[in-house]
Amino acid sequence: MVVGAKGSPLQLVLSTILHVDNPTGNISLDEALRIRKNPMIKEAIPVSYGDNYKGYKILGTSNQYLHKYGATCKEGKLNTKNFEAVLGSGAAKNLNLSIGNTFLGSHGLVQNEIDVHDEKPFAVTGILAPTGTVVDHLIITNLESIWEVHEHVDHEEQERHEEQEEHKEITALLLNFRNPIGALQLSRSINKNSSLQAAFPKLEIDRLLKFLGVGFKTINSIAIAILFVAALSIFISLIKTVRERKHELALLRTYGATTFQLLKLVFLEALFLSVVGFILGWFLGRLGLLLFSKLASDTYTYYLGISLPDTEEFFIFIIVFFTTILATILASYSLFKLNISKILADA
Amino acid sequence: MIRTTSLRFAYQNTKTHTFYFPDIDLSFEQNALILGSSGIGKTTLLHLLAGLLVPKKGNVFIGSTCVQELTRSQLNNFRGEHIGIIFQRAYFMKSLSLIENLKIREKLSKKTMDQERRIRLLEKLDLTEVRNKKVQELSEGQRQRLSIALGIIHKPRVILADEPTSNLDDKNCERVVSLLKKEAQICRSNLIIITHDQRVKSHFDKHIIL
Repeated sequence: MVVGAKGSPLQLVLSTILHVDNPTGNISLDEALRIRKNPMIKEAIPVSYGDNYKGYKILGTSNQYLHKYGATCKEGKLNTKNFEAVLGSGAAKNLNLSIGNTFLGSHGLVQNEIDVHDEKPFAVTGILAPTGTVVDHLIITNLESIWEVHEHVDHEEQERHEEQEEHKEITALLLNFRNPIGALQLSRSINKNSSLQAAFPKLEIDRLLKFLGVGFKTINSIAIAILFVAALSIFISLIKTVRERKHELALLRTYGATTFQLLKLVFLEALFLSVVGFILGWFLGRLGLLLFSKLASDTYTYYLGISLPDTEEFFIFIIVFFTTILATILASYSLFKLNISKILADA
Repeated sequence: MIRTTSLRFAYQNTKTHTFYFPDIDLSFEQNALILGSSGIGKTTLLHLLAGLLVPKKGNVFIGSTCVQELTRSQLNNFRGEHIGIIFQRAYFMKSLSLIENLKIREKLSKKTMDQERRIRLLEKLDLTEVRNKKVQELSEGQRQRLSIALGIIHKPRVILADEPTSNLDDKNCERVVSLLKKEAQICRSNLIIITHDQRVKSHFDKHIIL
């Protein structure tokens, strides 16, 4: 569960879990700590962010966060002191930073050169092994560093500075419960009785997918239509094969080939076509996904996995196989009543 | 040995017109020429002899086998094994090379592959050099000779040739006829040639005129 400032629960989830949207706002640390005391909570991870380095978000959190995502250091060590940071593997690669380097965070979540926190550089102490999660594209430091960076800004704006001194703020709190009932109870009480809101990532993502459902359905129906057309085209090409090559097929009959052998010939040809098509299609599909993933990871720092053939694709292969058999039988109908004499006499 | 008894045939779509064929009776290793003007049913007779068409009446005997009494699959095997047809228009497996065409013919006849015979036949027909070419790359004459090779490679009992010399010049015509005769002798088979080519006539004693 995620606890953050009031606003859209979807936005809260998107921003804190997937880091693709702006945060809903900050919540006070005191309030967050109060929630944390609830006995139902197994684990609570505070996150705080709002800065970036060249588009990569700087996330202040506790060490539990990395533990949660199963991230381990590939090089160097984890951040222990203020203004030490570890980089996700993708971030490290694309930013071309290595251990010992320093960088300056800038305010906001998109890259800019105007609002740079130039007095407080971060030092890179470690680079994480790739996890395949959002962590790969984050810069992770501790909460205190984030506070200190902003305190400094606030020194110049005296009024807010004082306010800041009194209570520190975080962006959101990630909670893990001992049981789902506790989670429901707490979320109800938070949403009703406090200035905070609680949101369940799974629910919100499901909701998001439901919004997109129409689009998915359309794409799916288009895919099915394409599959139909493909099956039809196998069928038509087979009919064409049988028609165009009826001389050869009739000739084979005079050589002593049986109808079944001719059927086998046509079937093997069709099978060859469809298997090549299937493999080619698979590779092109993956290539497309790879390209899209690259594009997406550049734009949204979002990453799509390329997987090996799965069972679903195996089923599609079976379907393709049976379609081929069906198409062969339908197309080869004329083979059974092949008029050898007529075909070979018609010059 | 090949023998026909009162063969009659009518095409399904033209029931009115029935072909009446004279009886043919060829003894062992005897060759014959079938002559007649076009449209009289020469090719039809050839297809009847090869079992490609079913006669309306009458029977074809090859050796001691009555072609009309064979089942469909028996006929397939019989045709592959004992009948060699040289078609008027040469048909081949377009995607295969010359030698592959010969091999597939041999293979489907279910006889043992005889590499020596293949090589000798190619030599005789002057096709050795082009044996690995695709059939589409062959010249007209080479195709005609390949067509002949395909008709005799499997040592059939009956060689049926439909106008084998129609596209050939005098010299090649002579060559083809003598080759066919010689091969028929080697294979100990009956050779039946359909033709209206006057040049061929003198080579054969027995003429059947439709």
